[in-house]
Amino acid sequence: MEFLSYLISGISLGSVYAIIALGYTMVYGIAKMLNFAHGDVIMVGGYISFCAISYLGLPGWLALILAMVVCTVLGIVIEGLAYKPLRSAPSLAVLITAIGVSYFLQNTALLIWKAAPKVYPSLIPTTNAQGESNALQLFGGQLSISYISLLTMASCIVIMIALTLFTSKTKMGKAMRACSEDKGAAQLMGINVNATISTTFAIGSALAAIAGVLLCSSYPTLQPTTGSMPGIKAFTAAVFGGIGSIPGAFLGGLLLGVIEAMAKAYISTNLANTIVFAVLIIVLLVKPAGLLGKYVPEKV
Amino acid sequence: MFPKLVPMPSPNLLTERDADKTPILECINLGINFGGLAAVENFNMAIGRTEITGLIGPNGAGKTTVFNLLTKVYQPTKGTILLDGNDTHNMTTAQVNRAGIARTFQNIRLFNDLTVEENVTVAMNAHMRYNMWTGIFRLPAFWKEERVAHERALELLSIFNMADLADTKAGSLPYGAQRRLEIVRALATNPSLLLLDEPAAGMNPSETAELMENIRKIRDTFQIAILLIEHDMNLVMNICEGIAVLNFGRIIAKGTPEDIQSNPAVIEAYLGKQKEA
Repeated sequence: MEFLSYLISGISLGSVYAIIALGYTMVYGIAKMLNFAHGDVIMVGGYISFCAISYLGLPGWLALILAMVVCTVLGIVIEGLAYKPLRSAPSLAVLITAIGVSYFLQNTALLIWKAAPKVYPSLIPTTNAQGESNALQLFGGQLSISYISLLTMASCIVIMIALTLFTSKTKMGKAMRACSEDKGAAQLMGINVNATISTTFAIGSALAAIAGVLLCSSYPTLQPTTGSMPGIKAFTAAVFGGIGSIPGAFLGGLLLGVIEAMAKAYISTNLANTIVFAVLIIVLLVKPAGLLGKYVPEKV
Repeated sequence: MFPKLVPMPSPNLLTERDADKTPILECINLGINFGGLAAVENFNMAIGRTEITGLIGPNGAGKTTVFNLLTKVYQPTKGTILLDGNDTHNMTTAQVNRAGIARTFQNIRLFNDLTVEENVTVAMNAHMRYNMWTGIFRLPAFWKEERVAHERALELLSIFNMADLADTKAGSLPYGAQRRLEIVRALATNPSLLLLDEPAAGMNPSETAELMENIRKIRDTFQIAILLIEHDMNLVMNICEGIAVLNFGRIIAKGTPEDIQSNPAVIEAYLGKQKEA
């Protein structure tokens, strides 16, 4: 029973990683760049929803929508100001810029919200007004799953299905896949590549906002560096699953969450991150393109 | 056998049936420099609305560069491109495509991970009218537009007898089918001028013969102009009504296939100068 409860907390954490990793992987797949500022968009989403709930007294769902709108706009602005001018620059320049944007966001947050951690008002608090626990009790109370974990897992699955349908069925999704393969040819077929990349950033950032709200609801301390560690973990998850692949990001995120939870439970809390990254290295040694990635040998 | 060519004000050639209409494409003193090298210079050409034109020349003459200029992959350093009488100088590649120029590539550049049908429908995107929200919520407009696109794609594919391959991944098609799919995909963007970059490359004589039939069929069905680069002289001489010969970035000859075949400058460009006896 203990194992099952660790497993569920791992899947719940993994779901958050998966949502973040989906953003990483979509942007990488289409713009062929690593958006290291993605983690910090999560933090911005966290702060926006925090302000909406604590200062404006908005209900949780409205705070979530507000955070999504702000992050979507933020994503489009970041892409337009920082990355678009570098479209034909070497990828190293874009990478450095992304790191710069990441620090810019962190320090702006530091200026606005100060360094002291905020206590995040969870979307679904662990106990309700009557002091009863907000959790699903199974096996006569032996296993309890908090509602926020259930919400996180459900959101992850819904997002995953929606994204898969979007990319496979709609014209924008098809345009994204076309751009991901060959931007030049896509342009020559009348596809507006810049608009496609902006849309990708918008979707990725909206997902980051959702991830931010869910993450802070489960781990309710919010500070300017909140986004960086989950960001890096989610990036790891995306690489683990095969960067550029949507099911890969989903699988990678879940596995990473479970490995982390198990390592914390059975090995050592301090070593958990070491173990997570060790697993990544081993997987990449065996499957260089990640679990679901496609290894394309360079044609010479 | 060939329609009579009438002289235009500039040293251009138009088929008689197109002579009194605005040419679909007019290039005036078009040129581009790469560093100090004038890859294309003083390129003048007009193409009639339903004409099949050939652009030939030795390797490295600048033929593909001309295609890249027309489609704005490269920005011309000099000169003007008029597409149906409209200057394209401030259009992007995607806008030029929407305005009516579609092309295929010398090295096949299909979207390999998309299916054959998706390769065709993605090229129709610019002409589909539903927006993102309609797509997300699957409103009736989405289904209607997607159905129209699906039917149109099958219709275009069936020109090349490829309708039964609609669900195959483009990357797994045999070479000849990939070449044909590139043409279908270009047609799906609804062009008024189709640029074909070496459509017969790597084809055997019977495939080439079929391709010639298809190129004529496309022109007759869609009433569009076709400009093609090709090394297969049999194909060029058989289907092109006008031919321009490019060498070192400059046009050295223009005319009907008969004119070109007997033009000493062309023979020299291809075979070298004959030694004086």
